[in-house]
Amino acid sequence: MLSRTADHLYWMARYIERAENLARILDVNNRMLLLPQSEREVERLWRETLDSIGLLDAYHGTRDKIVPAEAVHFMALDRSNPGSIYSCLRAARENAHAVRGTLTAELWETINTTWLKLREYSIERMGADELDAFFEWVKLRSHQSRGVSFATMMRDEANCFLRLGTFIERADNTARILDVKYNFINEAPRRDDASEYYQWSALLHSVSAFEIYRKVYRDQITPSRVAELLVLRNDMPRSLAHCTMEMSHFLAEVANQRSSETQRRVGELAASLRYGRIEDVLETGLHNYLTRFITRINDIGDRIATDFLMPVAA
Amino acid sequence: MAPIQVQTSVQTAGTHFFDEMSDATGEVRDHYDGYVGWFDGMPAERMARKRQEADALFHRSGITFAVYGDEAGAERLIPFDVIPRIIPAEEWLKLAAGLRQRVKALNAFLHDIYHEQEILKAGRIPAEQVISNAQYRPEMQGVDVPKDIYAAIAGVDIVRAGAGEFYVLEDNLRVPSGVSYMIENRKMMMRLFPELFAKNRVAPVEHYPDLLLDTLRAVAPKGVPDPTVVVLTPGSFNSAYFEHAFLAQQMGVELVEGPDLFVRDEQVFMRTTQGPQRVDVIYRRIDDDYLDPLAFRPDSMLGVPGLLSAYRAGNVTLSNAIGTGVADDKSIYPYVGEMVRFYLGEEPLLNNVPTYMLRKPEDLAYTLDHLPELVVKEVHGAGGYGMLVGPASTTTEIEEFRKRILASPDKYIAQPTLSLSTCPTFVDAGIAPRHIDLRPFVLSGDEVRFVPGGLTRVALKEGSLVVNSSQGGGTKDTWVMES
Repeated sequence: MLSRTADHLYWMARYIERAENLARILDVNNRMLLLPQSEREVERLWRETLDSIGLLDAYHGTRDKIVPAEAVHFMALDRSNPGSIYSCLRAARENAHAVRGTLTAELWETINTTWLKLREYSIERMGADELDAFFEWVKLRSHQSRGVSFATMMRDEANCFLRLGTFIERADNTARILDVKYNFINEAPRRDDASEYYQWSALLHSVSAFEIYRKVYRDQITPSRVAELLVLRNDMPRSLAHCTMEMSHFLAEVANQRSSETQRRVGELAASLRYGRIEDVLETGLHNYLTRFITRINDIGDRIATDFLMPVAA
Repeated sequence: MAPIQVQTSVQTAGTHFFDEMSDATGEVRDHYDGYVGWFDGMPAERMARKRQEADALFHRSGITFAVYGDEAGAERLIPFDVIPRIIPAEEWLKLAAGLRQRVKALNAFLHDIYHEQEILKAGRIPAEQVISNAQYRPEMQGVDVPKDIYAAIAGVDIVRAGAGEFYVLEDNLRVPSGVSYMIENRKMMMRLFPELFAKNRVAPVEHYPDLLLDTLRAVAPKGVPDPTVVVLTPGSFNSAYFEHAFLAQQMGVELVEGPDLFVRDEQVFMRTTQGPQRVDVIYRRIDDDYLDPLAFRPDSMLGVPGLLSAYRAGNVTLSNAIGTGVADDKSIYPYVGEMVRFYLGEEPLLNNVPTYMLRKPEDLAYTLDHLPELVVKEVHGAGGYGMLVGPASTTTEIEEFRKRILASPDKYIAQPTLSLSTCPTFVDAGIAPRHIDLRPFVLSGDEVRFVPGGLTRVALKEGSLVVNSSQGGGTKDTWVMES
């Protein structure tokens, strides 16, 4: 397969996954804000959110104060923000357009339709309930692209690069979501148990893990179990352990003469998650652990680019 | 020398137009009987719904014509008309024979002028017309191409003026486009009106990509048992990108851009996730000038450095070959009939439109006297730009154009204004006759082949004779009836 084609497929999948996770992050923030909290807390939530996805400076580039409605617009539909849902879906569509011949007609049409529809949305015209519906829609379209791709694409290299893109992005995004919310909830001023329960369940909902938590633990929600579920559970499809395991699998499928060191690093990371214990993770501090994890994921992303996606020297 | 005479049977604009569906008395022609019978039983609102459906489907599948810069959603649909253009079997047979003959002669001409130049030595075509033509590529002199096929893919534009009376407007031998619309139009018609195809015996066209792949493999360098074919596109912002991607996908070959390829030891490779892979045949949709920055335009970002050297060494086939433009140039067009006689020893089956070459003083004088009746075209123009349609122009426009002609007469040719045939077409006010042309796609490999019909383009503006999609033209499905 052409390196450029692989590159477009990989980034198409990454941008779709990123858009979905942005919708998840915005959704959980909205839910958390339904609880009574001080203005300072609200501001802190948005600042930490923007910071966690590397957009705080860009946000402040044009604004002094963090206003929730503006932050939502900035992250969802701001066309000038390259990190917004809008920009991610545009980038996904442009990548798809560049390799539309490699995609099945259904997959291309799904992505193109998402893009055509997205351009009709406007935050200014949306009430809170419509915002919820919008985030649901983004998630649903992402599920649809993945589903159509799963059901129609041949199981060849193209499929492997799509999956690689999906799982490396999801690993990164889950780590960021967990990091910022875990920190936020733990540092919030102590209130009653109900409020804390509500915060944790909002986080679990945001990564579609609420029901899974119930099923796995059959017990009350505690921070360390939330961390264990999202970091170490192999069977939790958005956990770091699961994502790295999938990365390792799809990387092995496309292996070439240059990629053995990349495979080793992914395998090592996946194994440390598969056999790790949450006590050890929490002892180093979850924030430190996740920061290191994101660094390693970035390193793997760079290596995938040089091994497969960058044109080799003539 | 007196100006060449105009064939008297050529009807000029303003008189009666030949309509494909009905004769001069309004009677439906035989080959449209089946369609008209069905159409008359079709409620108007169902037809309106079907037309909307077609638009929505083309939009969703992104079958679009132009992509404008950053705003990736702003692509334009080529208007699609649901009333088909129908060609009876016996008429197509005649056309097909003429096309086969014409394309053979054009390929023979290209081989000749890049080798012995017999036709120039015989004085049948003025040598300076060929050698000093900007489209003539000295780099190709003496280069052998597989099976002597230069234009493996030709798109020959044909118009009808009267019953059985077809004219070739131009031979597109460089990178003719539009074949994807031919196929998509058929798919759309079958999806919208499946019952029509159950009742009418319409010759299929969807196997074109198979024929194309076959043709491209046939012209691979000698001794390559299982040639690797790729489609070379300028990229996703090119106006015909949809077609490039479509053909690559339908043939099951890679769609590459210049930077995906590189040349080493006069061989061409593509960069893949598994390392370099050898390429044998390049179906290139990039103009000569941009193919190789080392040989042609040094600022080209679209090409592949060193490609020409690999090509000249015979290690890769470019389809079409470099330098085919010299045979479809408007200044060479008047001599195609001579080529048929010279190389094949036959009389041409297809007519040329009589053409005045304004570099000749007597032709120039005639043209300047008759501007309101004539069509004047730039010799190197394309896409319906830079032309004057006399009967459709105001006095001011004609006088403006006169100045341009006088400034450099050798840049122009003139032709009588043909009364292109019409076909009923949906327009805002209902159904009205609109002028059409036809572009069949002729493939030359081990033999000359094509799918029946081609792409029918329609000028949607009332009275307009310009069918180019860049000038507001639309398309129709083209049916050749099986006998």
